[in-house]
Amino acid sequence: MATTTTVIDRRLPKPKQSAGLWSDAFGRLRKNRLALFGLVLVILFLIAGAFGPILAPWDYKVQDLQAIFANGNRPIKPLSPGHLLGTDSLGRDLLSRLLDGARISVTVAFVVQIVILSIGVPIGAVAGWFGGRLDNILMRFTDVIYAFPDLLFIILLSVAFRETAFGQALDGLFLVFVAIGLTSWVTVARLVRGQLMALKETEFVEAARAIGVSDARIVVRHLLPNGLSPIIVAITLGIPSAILAESTLAFIGVGVQPPRASWGSLIADGEKYVRGDPHLVLFPAIFIALALIGFTFLGDGLRDALDPKLKGKQ
Amino acid sequence: MERPEREVSSADLPSIIELSPDEARRSSSESVTATGVTRNADKLLEVRGLKTQFFTADGVIQAVDDVSFDVGYGETLGLVGESGCGKSVTALSIARLVPDPPGKIVAGQIMFDGIDLLKLSNEAMRKLRGKEIGFIFQDPLTSLNPTLTIGYQIGEAIREHMGLSSKAARDRVVELLAKVGIPRPADRLKDYPHQFSGGMRQRVMIAIALSCDPKLILADEPTTALDVTIQAQILELIQKLSHEFGTAVLLITHDLGIAAGMCDRVNVMYAGRIVETGSVDTMFENPRMPYAWGLLDSLPRIDDIRGAKLRTIEGLPPLLIAPPDACRFGPRCRYVRDICREDEPELTARPGEGHLARCWATEPGGWIS
Repeated sequence: MATTTTVIDRRLPKPKQSAGLWSDAFGRLRKNRLALFGLVLVILFLIAGAFGPILAPWDYKVQDLQAIFANGNRPIKPLSPGHLLGTDSLGRDLLSRLLDGARISVTVAFVVQIVILSIGVPIGAVAGWFGGRLDNILMRFTDVIYAFPDLLFIILLSVAFRETAFGQALDGLFLVFVAIGLTSWVTVARLVRGQLMALKETEFVEAARAIGVSDARIVVRHLLPNGLSPIIVAITLGIPSAILAESTLAFIGVGVQPPRASWGSLIADGEKYVRGDPHLVLFPAIFIALALIGFTFLGDGLRDALDPKLKGKQ
Repeated sequence: MERPEREVSSADLPSIIELSPDEARRSSSESVTATGVTRNADKLLEVRGLKTQFFTADGVIQAVDDVSFDVGYGETLGLVGESGCGKSVTALSIARLVPDPPGKIVAGQIMFDGIDLLKLSNEAMRKLRGKEIGFIFQDPLTSLNPTLTIGYQIGEAIREHMGLSSKAARDRVVELLAKVGIPRPADRLKDYPHQFSGGMRQRVMIAIALSCDPKLILADEPTTALDVTIQAQILELIQKLSHEFGTAVLLITHDLGIAAGMCDRVNVMYAGRIVETGSVDTMFENPRMPYAWGLLDSLPRIDDIRGAKLRTIEGLPPLLIAPPDACRFGPRCRYVRDICREDEPELTARPGEGHLARCWATEPGGWIS
């Protein structure tokens, strides 16, 4: 029996640590070129968001009036000395404004996901764990939110609270985060509910009950980690939609207040000059597109990496 | 497998003289209804008239129907029967883990160490589980959480119930792992279940069940998912550790060979009822119920002729929706007579200490002697 093995054991080298879920997943992710490309874009995006104002050649609200006058009050073209991507009609450096906009987009990307997680996970967990009537009520509520016209809701909210402290917080961005979060937690809630409903029938849950682990602890320590991969994927794929939603709102004038500009409002500003100076629309649009592509590729790659069984089935 | 020599030291048994009138009355009345006379003076677990039912769309399934038995301190009691006889539901009922809905304990009393388990609040019951009552499940491959380390999972009950510091809890986990025969226990705390083999995982499950030094372990087919050589090791381990810790074991199995090797006493269950009970010796020397004969007869033997067919009990256990007032084994019984179809026999005494059987044919005056 096993007691005899202990003596021999000392001489054995410790076996090579077998890879865990995360290093396995990263190994698979590394082989996926599109996902790696996405990862690079995401990292660039994060760097721009974190260090944008330091990297920017100009302050985002400073007007280069001399250059503008010299140019006959027209926006300066890209690749001009001092203004790599040109300026807008007021002489503000476009690259600097884009980098400041990146900061807004990064904040949107993550804060909205935090809002989504903190609403969606508890609702989904409660519905999935308890089931029955509570599940029914919560899921019908979720259906209502799902069916609700998001954009309309966000616009209404912004208009209603525009003048309040809540509406002014973070240059008007706070309202946007909350509004987007409030309408987009449903996917995560449904996902978590489905995960929990499947997982709560597993035997390790019964085993955990049999040693007296409380319900809350079972859900948090035993079930959520098991359902983590699809949640991570949903979050990664949720980021581009949040960025897009913020850009859309900014384009129609809801959200961040001037002189700050997000990528969406830069497009809106540049729209008037699109014939003569298309760069004012083109560069913000390219930035948005790259960010969306980055997160989408990374999310798809993560899905394949975290759930290799799924690959090829879709 | 050798049957364990398990003598209770005299210190464990209060002498008859010390019994209060109440206790004396109880034990004298028990000598009629149940079991294991050697230690009936002090019962760890007394199950009385337990009825657990499942309310399904097709009707009420009477999974456990009026089951009574005792487990003494440090005793190993076997619960034997086919699949679907209510063995596991009995164990789940004791731990109050019957899934509700659809299941419900509708009647009965479960006294555990002087506490009526069915009257406890859910929270009080939760605090008892894992601390006083350990559970070993059938399938160690699915009973461990794949995303948590072995160390965490063994330590979980310890942290939950014993209030040890994390250092002390860790030491206890290492000690438990060593006790269940895991080599290099300290190195394996951070390992995940997939890094353990099936037998090792069942050892881990045993460590979890023993982690808070419980008084009772409910072992629900602990070796069914394992191959035969590992089976023997695991059973030996359960036996050794239950001795060492003085833990009583309720061992559920469909394998009479295991019951013979492990248990002090055996209850045979059929269709939600106990049909025969007695000490291992009497049960195997002189079973008094055709179902028990069938179970014994269906064990393959080493001296069987090669190529001979395995013997079986014809038919299946009955569905437990509205069972008739008749012997439930009657439809599959070779010795069935009219009375078996009209009236259900009671558990009545048979020769041998605490030996009871539920059968018209082997009652005094029956047609089988």
